Amino acid sequence: MAFYHSARHREALSIGLIGVMIALPALLTACGQEFYIGFASRILIFALAASSLNLVLGFGGMFSLGHAAFFGIGAYAAAICLRSGITDALLVLPLAMAVAGLFALLVGALSLRTRGVYFIMITLAFGQMAYYLVVSARAWGGDDGLALVGRMTFAGFGLHGEAAFFHAVLACLGLSMLFLGRLAEARFGRVIQAIRENETRMEALGFPVFHYRLSCFVIGGALAGLAGALLANLTGLASPSLLQWTQSGTLLVMVIIGGVGYLYGGLLGALVLLCLEEVLAGFTVHWHIGLGLLLLTIVLYAPKGVAALFAKTHD
Amino acid sequence: MTQLILEQALNGLQFGLMLFLLAAGLTLVFGIMDCINLAHGSLYMIGAYLVAAAAQAADSFWIGLATGVAATALLGLVLELTLFRQLYKRDHLSQVLATFALILISNEAVRLIWGAQPVMLNPPAALSGPLEVGGFFYPAYRLVIIACGLAVAGLLYLLVAKSRIGMWVRAGAANREMTEALGINVQGLFTLVFVFGAALCALAGGLLGPLLAVQVGMGESVLILAFVVIIIGGIGSIRGALVGSLIVGTVDTLGRALLPTLLRATLPADAASTLGPALASILIYLLMAGILFFKPQGLFPARA
Amino acid sequence: MSLRLTALAAALMLAALAHAADKIKVGLVSTLSGPGAGLGVDIRDGFTLAMKRLDGKLGDLPAEVIIADDQQSPDVAKQIVDKFLKKDKVDLMTGIVFSNLMLAVGPSIFENRTFYISANAGPSQYAGEQCNPYFFNVAWQNDNLHEAVGKYVQDKGFKNVVIVTPNYPGGKDAVSGFKRYYKGKVAEEVYTKLGQLDYAAELAQIRSLKPDALFFFLPGGMGINFVKQFVAAGLSRDTQLFAPGFSADEDVIKAVGAPMMGMFNSSHWAHDMENVENKRFVADFEKEYARLPSLYASQGYDAALMMDAAVRDVKGKLADKAALQKALEAKRFKSVRGDFKFNTNHYPVQNYYLRAIGKDAQGRVTNKTMGTIFTNHADAYVSQCKMK
Repeated sequence: MAFYHSARHREALSIGLIGVMIALPALLTACGQEFYIGFASRILIFALAASSLNLVLGFGGMFSLGHAAFFGIGAYAAAICLRSGITDALLVLPLAMAVAGLFALLVGALSLRTRGVYFIMITLAFGQMAYYLVVSARAWGGDDGLALVGRMTFAGFGLHGEAAFFHAVLACLGLSMLFLGRLAEARFGRVIQAIRENETRMEALGFPVFHYRLSCFVIGGALAGLAGALLANLTGLASPSLLQWTQSGTLLVMVIIGGVGYLYGGLLGALVLLCLEEVLAGFTVHWHIGLGLLLLTIVLYAPKGVAALFAKTHD
Repeated sequence: MTQLILEQALNGLQFGLMLFLLAAGLTLVFGIMDCINLAHGSLYMIGAYLVAAAAQAADSFWIGLATGVAATALLGLVLELTLFRQLYKRDHLSQVLATFALILISNEAVRLIWGAQPVMLNPPAALSGPLEVGGFFYPAYRLVIIACGLAVAGLLYLLVAKSRIGMWVRAGAANREMTEALGINVQGLFTLVFVFGAALCALAGGLLGPLLAVQVGMGESVLILAFVVIIIGGIGSIRGALVGSLIVGTVDTLGRALLPTLLRATLPADAASTLGPALASILIYLLMAGILFFKPQGLFPARA
Repeated sequence: MSLRLTALAAALMLAALAHAADKIKVGLVSTLSGPGAGLGVDIRDGFTLAMKRLDGKLGDLPAEVIIADDQQSPDVAKQIVDKFLKKDKVDLMTGIVFSNLMLAVGPSIFENRTFYISANAGPSQYAGEQCNPYFFNVAWQNDNLHEAVGKYVQDKGFKNVVIVTPNYPGGKDAVSGFKRYYKGKVAEEVYTKLGQLDYAAELAQIRSLKPDALFFFLPGGMGINFVKQFVAAGLSRDTQLFAPGFSADEDVIKAVGAPMMGMFNSSHWAHDMENVENKRFVADFEKEYARLPSLYASQGYDAALMMDAAVRDVKGKLADKAALQKALEAKRFKSVRGDFKFNTNHYPVQNYYLRAIGKDAQGRVTNKTMGTIFTNHADAYVSQCKMK
């Protein structure tokens, strides 16, 4: 199947796009729309989070509904780092990824023993467990979330300006996408996709299926943690609602709108959904109805776009 | 002390039985149809709103309950015929997405119709106080809930274990293809099970309405608990759902009641008051993880 | 020609900075959905009522009030405030109900040098070390109402008290406020999950402790359920209920009804207070919304009056922050609670009253003022505040 293949074809397009992205804050400032620089950072961060879910779901064929937990844990890890005086992004971000990855290792090790509906529900339940833990941990602000003291720095430079921060986020997203593209082409990527297509055969061939899947799950968790850490820095708050399962649902919707298993699926989905939210929410507070109907239409009348991948794995 | 233990046991039982009403329908939909239904909690919410609206219109809680349950069952029927029927053959991703969309739609629809603030539903006046038996007090309304829950559990047992339909349902949960091959109308069976599940949701929502609050989002938190129940019990098993519900109900109640005191006896006061509520709120998830570790298919797997 | 026009435009802009603005934008962010919605709706309605009385003007400037719902979620509140400050460029802000949300959005508001008039949230942080020239609280400091209950429970000689609050910072504030004046035995401090609706396990535990008084602070829907279940469990026979005014105001009474009768609570305001402003407010509010106002509504109303007086004071020169601050501190408006003044930390120094729930002359279950607990009471944190 042609997933993750498109990486090379789009190289030229990507370079042009990156140029526009780098200039975006200056353009927005020129138009007097500084507010939208933060909004653009938000889109990029969610693009990263959705891409990390896409790795687990589209690429690894693991239907996790607890992905928001890793996202939120990354945010909390960043907040705790900043509170304890660790401010350099080169320390904060890897630490956040490590913590999120570690939790993913725990959840994955337990959940990957199961299949199908069980896996979906167990990841969901573990995600909620993390949510309740954070909500009732008074040391981390409980339901209030944990406010950040300032933003992280990069090699001594502050990232307080919205433009500077946007560029930092852009760099993180760019590097992550590059990594994901390479991963898909590498041996690891080929094996994990083969496992998705036919697990039994790969097992018979002697591949340690469980370990491959677990590694994929952990990488996805760590990248979600990176996105979470960035979001906490953007909003200045690590909030428990980032871990809630509805957040997992939102990430899932992004991946599906964008295209499950396509390298740029998460990116596109985040862009579309967040812009849709910005526009529709201006019209009516009840815009969720519109979104719900749109999703239903996608599921019922555009099933190929949604489910090409999973239809294969289930037969 | 006896009062405390008895009261907490009854609380656990009451909570567990209400979870069972939700989990029973869910486990059958999952088990027989292999269909993930995230919108099960929305049926619970809509049921509660319909019961509240009907109770207010009729000025009687019981008439309201009956009407609300019937209306929700009807809604379940419509949903099954128009939407879910198409979802059964689809993959889990489509099912999750479609039912997630249903959650968004029903939450907003309820907000549009009934407003963003919780709706009040009061228990019948005769049941608003406590019942006293020889110095033992217990809220009368909670006793009624327990009685209803036990009655439904008994009825379900008879239906599933003794009746012909129940035999088909069990057969469907254990091996769907074989059941179909034997010439049983699985399509009709699905519809029946789904509608029944919707009615049970509304019953739980209507009964809990006066105790809790009828509000947008009430379905989501309870949905996760119902998931935990059927993971513990084993998907597709009514018996598993009952045992799982009672375990979750009891563990959650006891955890909230005893953990803070227990921790205080063993830890410094400050650590205890920090750890107590945190631990109590994740206790059932730890339990679930523990059970999964030893029995990945749950306690009573329907499929061997 | 064009050069001259540009120069004219520049001159006009400079003049605009130094002179009065021609309109004013107020951002009101409050909890308008979910279990805490009753509180936010009352603040909004109180504020809107005052705006109606002022003919939609603040200090003779036409005012635009932008209203948004924070859904009681800190990150939603942050996003809204960000939009208010950077996109809508509001001049004044108000409305937040819950202290945790206030603490989450405070830094961005203060950094933007926008005045925030709190119509409810009064966190101890902003009263003490983190007090800020841009923050005013027209209601109270969080601990105050709890302190008043503590004092009354102490004075009445209750000896065995159980405290119930949610497990969040506001809950901890409530406990410390109550215990600052109540010195007797606390049999148990019960911390519940924020947003919890079923209190069966906690009530059984409370029954076994046999307290003679129970103090609870459970705002919004939590309090409604707690009182209902407390009475249903038959605990009201041996245990006297006490609460701060938040848990015993019209929003809760409307939902619970008769079982609330006989409950004591504290407040800085009551709808039966005898002053001209208050009589007008209560009558107008009942006429407009067909219900009795709660203390939240009175606070929203006062917030609007306070903005109006200060804007008039500086003659609409909103850009002059120092003058606006002075005008706000001077408090040249008549509050519906009677007289009060601002302390150095921008929190009120005022009286606190005891209210009891009973039936009024028209047979409605409602609050009745019983007496004064504190006179000219300040908060406990003011000494830690070094206002710049």
